[in-house]
Amino acid sequence: MKLAVCINHVPDTAAKISISADGKNIEKTGVTYVLNPYDEFAIEECLRLKEKYTGEVIAISLGGDAHKETLRKALAMGVDKAVLLKDENARDSFAVAFGIAEYLKEISPDVIFFGKQSVDFDDAAVGTMVAEMLNLPSVSVAVKLEISNNSVKVEREIEGGKEIVEVTLPAVFTAQKGLNEPRYPALKGIMAAKSKPIEERILTSVDSKTEVIKMYKPHSKNAGKIVGTDVSAVSELVRLLREEAKVI
Amino acid sequence: MKILAFAEQRDNKLKKSAFEVVRTARIIADMSGADVVALLIGNQIRGLAGELGGFGAQKVITVEDQKLEKYSSTAYAKIIAEVAKKEQADIIFLPATAIGKDCAPRVAVKLDAGLASDCTALKIENGELIATRPIYASKLLTDVKINSHVKIFTLRPKVFPTGNSSGSSSNIESLNIALSDVDFASHVKEINQASGKLDVAEADIIVSGGRGLKGPENFNLIEELASVVGAATGASRAAVDAGWRPHSEQIGQTGKTVSPTLYFAVGISGAIQHLAGMSSSKYIVAINKDKDAPIFQVADYGIVADAIEVLPALTQELKKLLGK
Repeated sequence: MKLAVCINHVPDTAAKISISADGKNIEKTGVTYVLNPYDEFAIEECLRLKEKYTGEVIAISLGGDAHKETLRKALAMGVDKAVLLKDENARDSFAVAFGIAEYLKEISPDVIFFGKQSVDFDDAAVGTMVAEMLNLPSVSVAVKLEISNNSVKVEREIEGGKEIVEVTLPAVFTAQKGLNEPRYPALKGIMAAKSKPIEERILTSVDSKTEVIKMYKPHSKNAGKIVGTDVSAVSELVRLLREEAKVI
Repeated sequence: MKILAFAEQRDNKLKKSAFEVVRTARIIADMSGADVVALLIGNQIRGLAGELGGFGAQKVITVEDQKLEKYSSTAYAKIIAEVAKKEQADIIFLPATAIGKDCAPRVAVKLDAGLASDCTALKIENGELIATRPIYASKLLTDVKINSHVKIFTLRPKVFPTGNSSGSSSNIESLNIALSDVDFASHVKEINQASGKLDVAEADIIVSGGRGLKGPENFNLIEELASVVGAATGASRAAVDAGWRPHSEQIGQTGKTVSPTLYFAVGISGAIQHLAGMSSSKYIVAINKDKDAPIFQVADYGIVADAIEVLPALTQELKKLLGK
């Protein structure tokens, strides 16, 4: 089974994000970048499928040289091969999907995994766009996956419940937290990853269809009042919720 | 100019987001002299079409098929794209729901269109439609425009007002679109709804618990408060990672972003990734025994005390007030 996992290099969720001088990007200096959290579930799922059905897991990331760090993390977790689709330009979901789809056409994987969204632009679109570009079925926001022969039964999270979707391979999936418990890279894996090559490719790209006009901070909430410091504050809190906020 | 508004239904009931999407399309259309066409997809859903006129659709197109009883990513995308072509729609609005977020990217590819996801505001500047969308889990906002001919926007639920129905009617047109088995390559077979559970993304009030509850056994205190005020229950990442609560309840950057009218943060310190997911709530109540916890920086009302002691008293007081 050939498994492709498409991953992204994003600011740590604990990072404070500020805006660069041009007002259209974030200030990257001083920000720690990590493997996109949802992509960890995608990698783990591919590794488990490989362990069960044998095959090869290929990690793919589209971006600049900095993405190599994240590809090394994937190698340390146990993927067999890492490919950087080199592109220093910031692009929107459509353009990223186009680049990734071009590469996937060459290698024709049976299973293509993404995280359900990148925690930077939160677009949640690239995986399903790639599926459409490759004319493949897809299931987004997957929390459970069972393969029997060529058929895959997937649970996806929806508002207040789950949908069960059946698709035939090859297919695209996007991973939600809860799909599995990602492994920590073992020291042996980390050491081995350092010497594994990362293949670099430059592909034809397309321009973004969306354009950032500006970025700005949301209106921040001000700290309100401390109603009290023990249980006796409860009645005053309830009075405020009813009479001042009028929400109860 | 023409706006196509996808009106989502589930179980042959229009979702609230359907009214939000149609109403928003109407407001944008009125600013730009456009027409609004609403699209309903499903099985025997024609009866729902009448309601949409009152929210601003001049025409409602229904596409019905027995196989469309349940959602299909591939079939929905095909239908939306074909209707958009037939109607020569310039702009397509969908809700940023489980369905909308899943099929919008496919529609974008089919129509070679740019997509702005999960928008929280729209405006017209110099004749161009500009969308505001939260990024980095709402740590920042960005204004974006789409440069392709067809432009697709998904609208975050519960943000855009529905207004009241004007009672107007609209033309209803039923359209046949030929669908074969390959169009159902991704097709929902069954739906498991968590019975009677209100989802955090759709709730007006959320009661969330964190590590300050000390263990999963104390979450019954959260559930009791939630049940008294008709709230959904949420949890911090710490509580989810500890296995105390399911991930579907997680609020924050690797969980859900919510903006209810009232948010109770109970025993939650307020890590930056949690604040990102809930600080746009209208009112925030924080109960935490650490007076320096960051959650108090965004809370409208705070009680600095042990959550486990405060919760039963709060539930009792609200029960009395609400006569439950």
